[in-house]
Amino acid sequence: MTTQQGTLFAVLLVAALAAAPARAQAPAAAATPPAPEPPSGLTVADVPNDAGTSLALQWTLSPDDGAGRGVVAGYRLERATSPSGPWTVVDSLAPATKAYTDGGVHRNTPYFYRVGAFGAGGLTLALSNAGPGIGRETWFNSTRVSVLAFMLVFYLLVLFFMERARTGHKPFVRRLPGIDAIEEAIGRATEMGRPVLYVPGIQDIDDIQTVAGLVILESVARLTARYETPIRVPVAYPIPFTIAQEMVKSGYLNAGRPEAYDPDSVQFVSPEQFAFVAKLTGIMLRDRPAAHIFMGSFYAESLMLAETGFQTGAIQVAGTANVHQLPFFVVACDYTLIGEELFAASAYLSGEARLVGGLKGADMLKLLMILTILVGCVLETFGMHGLTVWMQTQ
Amino acid sequence: MKRELPLLITAVIGLFMLLSFYVPHHIVSVPADYLQQCAVIVVAFGYVLGGANALTVNLSAIARRQPDWPYKVVLVATLVFTVAIGLKEGRHWQDERTISMFLYNQVYSSMQGTMFALLAFFIASAAFRAFRVRTLEAGLLAAAALIVMLGRVPIGDQMTAWLPAPLRLGAVQDWIMNVPQNAAKRAILMGAALGVMATGLRVILGIERSYLGGGD
Repeated sequence: MTTQQGTLFAVLLVAALAAAPARAQAPAAAATPPAPEPPSGLTVADVPNDAGTSLALQWTLSPDDGAGRGVVAGYRLERATSPSGPWTVVDSLAPATKAYTDGGVHRNTPYFYRVGAFGAGGLTLALSNAGPGIGRETWFNSTRVSVLAFMLVFYLLVLFFMERARTGHKPFVRRLPGIDAIEEAIGRATEMGRPVLYVPGIQDIDDIQTVAGLVILESVARLTARYETPIRVPVAYPIPFTIAQEMVKSGYLNAGRPEAYDPDSVQFVSPEQFAFVAKLTGIMLRDRPAAHIFMGSFYAESLMLAETGFQTGAIQVAGTANVHQLPFFVVACDYTLIGEELFAASAYLSGEARLVGGLKGADMLKLLMILTILVGCVLETFGMHGLTVWMQTQ
Repeated sequence: MKRELPLLITAVIGLFMLLSFYVPHHIVSVPADYLQQCAVIVVAFGYVLGGANALTVNLSAIARRQPDWPYKVVLVATLVFTVAIGLKEGRHWQDERTISMFLYNQVYSSMQGTMFALLAFFIASAAFRAFRVRTLEAGLLAAAALIVMLGRVPIGDQMTAWLPAPLRLGAVQDWIMNVPQNAAKRAILMGAALGVMATGLRVILGIERSYLGGGD
């Protein structure tokens, strides 16, 4: 080793020894990382086609907001009605969030916003605020034009075919084995001297399937009245309960046997799903109805009801538009009305010309929808997105 | 009049709620929200009718000593006790250590969980029946179910790791769920949606009026 090499070695050694304490202190410094760099470019804009109660916000992420860096723990969004505050927190958002819709604003009121990035090192607000943003209400949601167009066409078709049916052009309706089986099931219950159990779903009256189930109940009650077979109708909610009472009474009246109507045949049970199941399975196992008819909206209880009914040996007819429950009914019931068949059942059972005419209108719109889907596929294939954009709603 | 007035109210409110779907302006949206709140209040009154019916039916069954009358005694006693506790605790019923919350957490939730757990056994018995291969359709159903069930667990992909990626069970079950299953589901949903619209129109226009009962 020459003198120069020895000097260089000594310098490097001293430098290394001097750097060692600094490296030893590095973990301590990492425990308190610096505050994150602020986000930038905050913009605020009115959300179109609403009641003026929403504002859309966008910003550019903090430069420290990167995968695995861990400096930014989230963003804090604040708003005020004047640029100088006072500021109230709107929301705290996860890292990598760069857009937010504030749905809690008053219409026609100016709002100012600011956004900050926070982390273990503290909160750093953006250098400038955004605003004023004003929520403007609109008279018409223009993104729903396509829905309106289809709805109008549908209603015109239904009304046209209803009128046409009323004037003697009653359309052909294919046989629905599930509905035909209802009379067969009631006949069997009559032969066995057992009651018929009818369940109009487990939802309240705001579910249109419950309405459909209650409308079918009137026809079923008419049949049970004619066959002099008792019917039992447990109902989950109070409003459908009162309507079900009217339906059964109406069925007995229309069958010419109002004196046979038993007010206790319709019973309010409970809106609680499994309490309702417990009551129904109790009826099935204790009273052994010979026919179970499930028409309406069902959820997880569908299989419990249908399987218990299957084990009792009753004829079972079910109908629902809840697609996830259909397989259970198909497996455990003798007949199942699938989706729209539930809504067609009342027209089919009553045979009334206007109601049957309405089915034809629905079929015509279905044809129109199939054509629209095909045209949409062709247009998308050729890179034309106009129809797709027109169909998108907000 | 007993029938015409409800039909008129149904038509006016039904059309107004339909309008509120397209018109977000507060002149329409505020009354629409108000009407929905009114519906909640009407439903609350309905519970009085429901409770009265539950008491009437069960008390009369007890009085007649029907075969299962002891169960009805339990039901009536529980109903009266729960309502009484709810009235006593009033708006504080959701506080900690209230009897209402004890009943909810220790009695009601446990019983509900027990009932729900039974579903597993019902699914097993129903699946056993559904997957018996008697026809071509039942065979297709069983095959599709087998693929989907195996494809959704790691062993499915491990069993078929020697195949090209698109033919492995995981990929095949994805295709079954996303293409034929989804297409059939959407077709049913679209048909059902049209049924919903048609029923709604019939009710709004008073063509479907059997829900009003048979009396004049």
